Amino acid sequence: MPYIPNSDEDRKEMMDALGISKIEELFSNIPEKHLITDDWMEYPGKSEQAIVKEIREIAGKNNVENISFLGGGAYDHYVPAMVNHVISRSEFYTAYTPYQPEVSQGTLQAIFEYQTMICELTGMDVSNASLYDGASAIAEAALLITGHTKKKKVIIASSIPSNYKKVFSTYSKGGKYEIVEVSCDDGLIDRDQLKGLLKDDAAGLVVQYPNYFGNIENLTELSEIVHEAGGLMIVSANPIALAILKSPGECGVDIVTGEGQVLGNDMNWGGPYLGIFAAKKELIRKMPGRIIGKTEDVDGKQGFVLSLQTREQHIRREKATSNICTNQGLIALKAVVYMTLMGKVGIKEVAKQCMQKAHYLSDKICAIPGFKMKFDKPFFHEFVISCPKRAEEICDRMLDDDIYAGIPLDDIGDSNAILIAVTEQRTKDEMDYFAEKLRKL
Amino acid sequence: MPEPLVFDLSKKGRKGYTLNDLDVPEKNLDELIPSELLRSEPARLPEIGESEAMRHFVRLSNMNHHVDKSLYPLGSCTMKYNPKVNENNAVLPGFTGVHPKQPETSVQGCLEVVYKVENILKEVTGLKGVTSQPAAGSHGEFTGIMLMRKYHEVKGNERNVILIPDSAHGTNPSSVIIAGYSVKEVKSNEKGTIGLEDFRAKLTDDVAGIMITNPNTLGIFECDIAQIADMLHEKDALLYMDGANLNALLGILKPGDLGVDILHINLHKTFSTPHGGGGPGSGPVAVSEKLVDFLPVPAVRKTDHGYNLEYDNPNSIGKIHGFYGNFGILVRALTYMEMLGKRGMRRVSENAILNANYLLSLLKDYYKLEYDSPVMHEFVVSSQWQKEKGIRTLDIAKSLLDFGFHAPTTYFPLIVKEALMIEPTETEAKEVLDCFAEAMKEINEYVDKNPEKLKHAPYNTPVRRLDEVKATKELNVKYKFPEDEE
Repeated sequence: MPYIPNSDEDRKEMMDALGISKIEELFSNIPEKHLITDDWMEYPGKSEQAIVKEIREIAGKNNVENISFLGGGAYDHYVPAMVNHVISRSEFYTAYTPYQPEVSQGTLQAIFEYQTMICELTGMDVSNASLYDGASAIAEAALLITGHTKKKKVIIASSIPSNYKKVFSTYSKGGKYEIVEVSCDDGLIDRDQLKGLLKDDAAGLVVQYPNYFGNIENLTELSEIVHEAGGLMIVSANPIALAILKSPGECGVDIVTGEGQVLGNDMNWGGPYLGIFAAKKELIRKMPGRIIGKTEDVDGKQGFVLSLQTREQHIRREKATSNICTNQGLIALKAVVYMTLMGKVGIKEVAKQCMQKAHYLSDKICAIPGFKMKFDKPFFHEFVISCPKRAEEICDRMLDDDIYAGIPLDDIGDSNAILIAVTEQRTKDEMDYFAEKLRKL
Repeated sequence: MPEPLVFDLSKKGRKGYTLNDLDVPEKNLDELIPSELLRSEPARLPEIGESEAMRHFVRLSNMNHHVDKSLYPLGSCTMKYNPKVNENNAVLPGFTGVHPKQPETSVQGCLEVVYKVENILKEVTGLKGVTSQPAAGSHGEFTGIMLMRKYHEVKGNERNVILIPDSAHGTNPSSVIIAGYSVKEVKSNEKGTIGLEDFRAKLTDDVAGIMITNPNTLGIFECDIAQIADMLHEKDALLYMDGANLNALLGILKPGDLGVDILHINLHKTFSTPHGGGGPGSGPVAVSEKLVDFLPVPAVRKTDHGYNLEYDNPNSIGKIHGFYGNFGILVRALTYMEMLGKRGMRRVSENAILNANYLLSLLKDYYKLEYDSPVMHEFVVSSQWQKEKGIRTLDIAKSLLDFGFHAPTTYFPLIVKEALMIEPTETEAKEVLDCFAEAMKEINEYVDKNPEKLKHAPYNTPVRRLDEVKATKELNVKYKFPEDEE
């Protein structure tokens, strides 16, 4: 039997020691009527050879060969080979949450380094060790600010990704916060409407940066407006964009969340991803998730531990700041290895290339009659094109040319709009090919 | 020497990456974006070559205990061996390269994985519907409680309390609170199981349901669970079973047959996907017939034309993950489940139970067993005898590290003083269990012979006992750059 080291002989010795003749005697306290009868034993399982073949065939049914301009919260960045080598070490991936810090310094120090790098990119004072994904991270942030301000209303920009909105809405059904949406009809938050909504006792505002349409909000101005009304400012950011955009910290933002998939993680059909969560230091005791702190051992040697555990569910139970127990440890490790390798210069280079290429492509597409930018706002590496035909039809047609053209924006009520993303992975040739195919539609 | 922080290894001008040259005409940055939106100072990420970076992370890895090295008997965490074929399958480019917004026709493989995993879980649990969207056990708990909320909402039941036994995991009460309920605790009886009298007394008309871990955190099967289910259902309340300990039940019984309505499953425990130093996990939720309608969207369906994602469900609690959950973990779990087959699954649980009982038999003369009920795949002993002589559970845990073992879960469940919660799993050989028991006995001998030694353990670990109070009092949660020092 795979993965069970004991032989029948070992089992017999153990059963003899326990004075039993059948393993079933060990669960004789389960009422017999509940026990599964023999039909369960009919399926023999598979060999390693067979399962490898089967799963390869299943993987082969996915198409990962097309030229992709898909974004909307997950992006195709290059992942350096070393990233997967590090996370494939048994020492990292077969360990658990560092409950015994004396034998978990590898994980702990790596996450401490991760926290530092996230603080650098976001401009925040403190970061946690990660949450599930970018979507649930904003829900956690909303729980924090409503608890902190004792106000229930959370304003969200209509320009946060539609899938985030849905998750945010599910979490709100627990009754801890209420959602109000501020519109972004011209691609950025409607300031007057925001001011109006803030008057009515709101806990704060959630902004996507760059937003779902790729546009870049002026966070400094928004923070001022929100703070003036006594609210807190939550920004859900793309950490690659933060390499060149003004950091939320510089803009006075209180909490930064985000999707960390872009930091060295594959797209994996949506998961596992990485929820980033960082904040100003005065909020640290209300933060969800694990936080690693530096300390010393009895000999005065540097060491790291899980810090501020009294916030957490395993101690505080119903009074905990969140129910988060595990986090995305290994994906945070990917992120720290990626940020280490790309470094101060490389991460800017990635961001720069994404932005330059995206602007190249948008110019190319807008030169085609009938196609134009839906919004005339500064954007990073993603943009919305208004098309002369239904976006869905265009995307379908492009499949024949082996192109994933982008995301049709039917869900924001514009069936002719398409969201197009460009990363450093796309080449000029690929973009020219895409534009040429659009022209020939 | 401690391992330097990566920032201390950084030197200006060093480089660990290569990128293609930009192949489009470059425009000035401020032509594209107004300068007030641009960063003034770069993020201070390290500057380091690949070889030096690799060595840094390898040296860090050397400081970790892990399952591939030796026993990791954390109770309720199910630290079993992670088969390597799971990892190979999960990193096939046909999976890792898939964008979550690709059209359905281009992701038939991913949909098939989800469909198969959910179907096997239905079979294993005896329940009617499964969602694999929750990213972790606690996420599954939240999802499960939201399903409970929806059920009562649709039926117009006014409920605001959820019952939780005093032996429960801390995530249970905190998940309940986030879902907007309040918690009432049910006391365990002298056998270590739910006290039926107390349960009956607390089962008032405002109770939405109960969350029960089974086997419970003492490793004891809740033998009254079917009766509890009947009592709940009589009042239209629901039975939530925390499946953290499902490793004890595979092929032995189906929770659905006990009257369970909602069950979350930790794929990273029972189905052997790696714990990753604290995630990513995966926490699918299985439900009985009456809750199927409320499961999160999208659901994966099989049709005549292949698989699709079904969003159209007005009764659904909605989406709970940005995309479809931790898909990469599902690939690992599917590999494991299909390799085992049903027969293999039953063997897993049988051997997990045998290993735990065998290990307990080796320890119970030396460590106090608070509840002498039959145990399943894990058990809880206590260091109360040792405590009387001045040695705490903490000292015993730290001493075990010097023997090359990870410590068990300590000080949990809360109903046992000085608890040591031990789960060996089925992937440990008899001699490993013998060795661990010998270590525990030797530590017990030291309680009389040389207690001081135990109080200062560990000695042979990468660092010695750490000052956790200092870490909280003098909060230091990120690197201090020299230029920031005052």
